[in-house]
Amino acid sequence: MASELREAIPTFNQPQGGEESADVDITNWSALTSTSFARSWGEAVAIVAVAVVFVAGLEILLRVANVPAYTMPLPSEIGAALFGNFGLFAPHLGVTLRVLAIGYAIGAVIGIVLAGLITQFPFAEKIITPYILLLVTTPMIALVPLLVQKMGFGPAPRIIAVSLAVGPMVMINSATGFRRTDLAKIALARSYGATTMQIFRQVRFPLALPMIIVGLMVGAIFGLLTAVGAEIVGSGEGLGNRLMFYSSRIQMANFWAVIVILAAMGILIYVFFYWVGKRWASWQA
Amino acid sequence: MVETQPQRRTIGANGAGAPEADGRPITMSVRHVSKHYKTGTGSVHALEDLSLEIPQGEFICILGPSGCGKSTLLWGMSGLHDMTAGEVIVNGTPVTEPRPEIGMIFQDANLLPWRNLWQNIQFPFEIKKLDPRPFEGRIRGLIDEVGLAGFEKKMPRELSGGMQQRASIVRCLSYDPDVILMDEPFGALDAFTRDEMNLLIQKIWMETGKTIIFVTHNVSEAIFLADRVVVLTPRPGRLAHIFPIDLPRPRTVDMTFEPEFIHVVKEIKNTIETGRYTPLPKLTGAARS
Ligand SMILES: Nc1ncnc2c1ncn2[C@@H]1O[C@H](COP(=O)(O)OP(=O)(O)O)[C@@H](O)[C@H]1O
Ligand SMILES: [Mg+2]
Repeated sequence: MASELREAIPTFNQPQGGEESADVDITNWSALTSTSFARSWGEAVAIVAVAVVFVAGLEILLRVANVPAYTMPLPSEIGAALFGNFGLFAPHLGVTLRVLAIGYAIGAVIGIVLAGLITQFPFAEKIITPYILLLVTTPMIALVPLLVQKMGFGPAPRIIAVSLAVGPMVMINSATGFRRTDLAKIALARSYGATTMQIFRQVRFPLALPMIIVGLMVGAIFGLLTAVGAEIVGSGEGLGNRLMFYSSRIQMANFWAVIVILAAMGILIYVFFYWVGKRWASWQA
Repeated sequence: MVETQPQRRTIGANGAGAPEADGRPITMSVRHVSKHYKTGTGSVHALEDLSLEIPQGEFICILGPSGCGKSTLLWGMSGLHDMTAGEVIVNGTPVTEPRPEIGMIFQDANLLPWRNLWQNIQFPFEIKKLDPRPFEGRIRGLIDEVGLAGFEKKMPRELSGGMQQRASIVRCLSYDPDVILMDEPFGALDAFTRDEMNLLIQKIWMETGKTIIFVTHNVSEAIFLADRVVVLTPRPGRLAHIFPIDLPRPRTVDMTFEPEFIHVVKEIKNTIETGRYTPLPKLTGAARS
């Protein structure tokens, strides 16, 4: 690998090995940048107006059609439950956030480190990639009942499931980033006498960063889904568990209030990584 | 302005002849270098037994058809690549790895797209763990000289190709290397920008007295810039002929249309086509100054 880099004189103005054209990856940076948020106040007002119209329309429709509350509660009832009963949801929100944060941290760190290492050894990478893909596509929620049998009803099985959902997702995207070796930029750094570590820190890592951020974002959303799913199948606490709890008691306003909280978490994750991408990877767009 | 080194060039003198003749020290020697690339399907013979002596402060152009081994030679001289045989010596030291007294300018400007212009110019200092503060005045002067003042905060993608290449010239000059290697630096620019850049590089060279080794496949660019034009044969690259260019300096774009200039263009083109030098009939009378 190193000697390959030493020998090659990069040809400019031509796609080089490892750039987008050759990559097959699950997701793509454009997913983050193409759907942009409101750029002006006008757009922001329009987005809010759509929400208001939708909620108001739903309220009127449900009232006019006289839909029973156990089928679909009124938006106003959901709103009242969300604010009125937030004290009931808060501890469970805390549980879900904790499992998500711990599982995510473990999975993301392992994913990035593994990607950085494995891409240095193309042969090992070829062997391992199919298994990583297998992990990406397998729903980790399926593991939870098995783990609960062994480890009990505590948070450990859920944390493991979240890590296993996040890690491979982060890794596969980060690996795509690390594979973008730009020989000319590496030669530039070497011409100043850069060490392998300096080349990694100053060239390879920044080059990979946009894809790492994509991996972190998709990983976070996968992690949230897995955390909630794991709480549905094997937990006595957490927002997922509350979904089961409220639906079994036909407390549909509470049920929908939890759904709204989960949706808000998803949107916050997206907005956060959108901002991170703008801040740290805008050179790429 | 750029700090001017003492050995300011005398314009129009010493164009020709063997470099030893004028007593300047030899900055770089290339001794019998050959290069074979090993590939999956066998071996590519890129350079064959090439030798060159480059005195201090010379502007030398290496000219040859695409694929003749110009980049191979230059990358070998920079220490970025190993040669199969022979050696490269800079200021008496064999070049086995990139050296601080050698600076390299690449074909596309090769700026790091995640750094703004100023941060790109700081890049060599970060890698070399060198405090840039003592160089700051010099860097500001260079930025001014190449016309990039006020663009320090711009990202590379906000700059034109010519501006990017100017920035990469500043980046290279910033830490004051003795020898500058340039691999078709203006090859991707349009003809007008290229003329501008050639004038700029001539100016910088006359002010700083750097030793410049400049690779190009453009015959007039080579003649315009060089004290000597080294013509290589098609692959494997060997020395076909060295043309001393004794046109006065500073050279102007208008000079490229003069019969004397065109005479050299013809001789060099003929050398590239046939692989060896045959003098063409001399220009008559007053054409030479
Ligand atoms: N890493 C490499 N592996 C194999 N062949 C190479 C490699 N680099 C260059 N070559 C070959 O060596 C020859 C000289 O290349 P190069 O020095 O880039 O030529 P030039 O710069 O004059 O266009 C070409 O035929 C090229 O295909
Ligand atoms: Mg070349």
